[in-house]
Amino acid sequence: MIEVKNLTKYYGKRLALDNISFEVKKGAIVGFLGPNAAGKTTTMRILTGFLAATTGEVKVAGYDILTNSLEARRHIGYLPEAVPLYTDMTVCGCLEFLASLRGVPGDRLRSRVDEVVEVCGLEEYYDVLISKLSKGFRQRVGVAQAIVHEPEVLILDEPTIGIDPIQVASTRQLIRELGKERTVLISTHILPEVSVICERVIIIHEGKIVAEDSIKNLSSLVSGPRRVRLEVQGPTKKIADLLRQIKGVSRVSHQGSNLIIEYPASLDLRSKITESVVQGGFTLLSLESVEMSLEDIFLKLTTEEETEEANG
Amino acid sequence: MTNIMTIAGKEFKSYLASPTAYIVISVFLVFTGAFFSFISPFNTSTYVETSIRGFLQPASIIVLFLGPLLAMRLLAEERKLGTIELLMTAPVRDSQVVLGKFLGSVGVLLVMLAVTLYYPLMLSIYGDPDPGPIGTGYLGIFLLGCVSLAVGLFGSSLTSNQIVAVVVSGGILLALWFIATAAQYLPQALGNTVNYFSLSGYFPDFMRGIIDTRGIIYYLSITALFLFLTIRSLENSRWS
Repeated sequence: MIEVKNLTKYYGKRLALDNISFEVKKGAIVGFLGPNAAGKTTTMRILTGFLAATTGEVKVAGYDILTNSLEARRHIGYLPEAVPLYTDMTVCGCLEFLASLRGVPGDRLRSRVDEVVEVCGLEEYYDVLISKLSKGFRQRVGVAQAIVHEPEVLILDEPTIGIDPIQVASTRQLIRELGKERTVLISTHILPEVSVICERVIIIHEGKIVAEDSIKNLSSLVSGPRRVRLEVQGPTKKIADLLRQIKGVSRVSHQGSNLIIEYPASLDLRSKITESVVQGGFTLLSLESVEMSLEDIFLKLTTEEETEEANG
Repeated sequence: MTNIMTIAGKEFKSYLASPTAYIVISVFLVFTGAFFSFISPFNTSTYVETSIRGFLQPASIIVLFLGPLLAMRLLAEERKLGTIELLMTAPVRDSQVVLGKFLGSVGVLLVMLAVTLYYPLMLSIYGDPDPGPIGTGYLGIFLLGCVSLAVGLFGSSLTSNQIVAVVVSGGILLALWFIATAAQYLPQALGNTVNYFSLSGYFPDFMRGIIDTRGIIYYLSITALFLFLTIRSLENSRWS
């Protein structure tokens, strides 16, 4: 649905995107992850036709964004980064204007606006000026305008930034809902967001793609020791000593009242750990495996990239 | 065409919802009204003539300044708010955006001129004015207004700062207006050529009731030129 080939973008002399290529399949929800100034917004602006790439090719819904721009743009719903909206218009006025601009026929205008207003929970604000809305509700209007013309592809640039946690949760829920029938590319620098919303993730750093995979594969891609968290009743120090004696355990550390046990990924020591705790006369309350968090992966990938560069 | 009208309609409504248009129209009416009554048949101390020249002469200068003031927000505000991103990613050509914005502001110009129709109305109640010069005078003011709005729109496309937009477009218009004054100091042949490019040179004919196609074509082509430059300026921002 979105094809990006060898995309490079210079702002004057500064290189913003360095030969990136990726593909988003129809119906997928893909996270575009990277720190600030990694090139996320630039990529999205090129995908939506707001900016032209220096070199490279972009196809959205099968149409080239440069040579067949209007047709491509017709299939895109876009929420820009800072949620720009016409603040001097009412919610309904703004949505009607943008809908008709994107080709929703006049007789369906009202019903489409009513529909998205309902989906985004804006019924009470129908006739309110956008300048009077709180940030959270503006965000919803932003999402509403992105879907009002029923686009196949949704491109959302940091859709949950600057709104309160409850609204963040409801916005994520909404995006997941929308992603059921559409192709969604969502950018963020908030790592947990990706694991909540997305199936796949593209990690971008300093204008280059450093990783692209499903979240599950990414965790195993970055090889490292397997870790389990243990909650026990009893003197943790003693238990830690006991666990260190198990063959294969590489490290035991304390995390509050819990213990973190590390061992090579090739082994599965969980049953042995349970046995030795129980045999030592202590009570085991819980045992869970700790997967490498996205934060860890991200940190590992971006710092590795830097060391490679330093060597090169 | 639908896209152009959608944008034009939205801009026109925005003008009605913001104080700018009302202020601009008020200022226009106060000044032209004052000059109309100073230099008019009702003021017998000057000269008696049943024409709207007293309105047209100052109106031409005022329109020159009010155009940039009306047009300044058209694109600069979109840049400031970031809504330009919504506009330029919608399936609409840049030329349609520019024409729509322009027509929206021309709508306000028409309203502004329509409100002044009571000057000739009063004249025809109390006297017997010649309809010819009144008609051509309005045509001239309208065309001049279009030039001023097109230059204003161009200024607005260059920046996100509305003050900068006004200063740039005001400067261009002043230069085009006073180029005739500069032409006096040039050698005859060169001066005459330069005079062809002066906004002010063609206006007196409109007031006299003469329809000079050169004037009409000149005003229309300057309008078209600056609309074209505005489109290029928008396109250019994609390649920044």
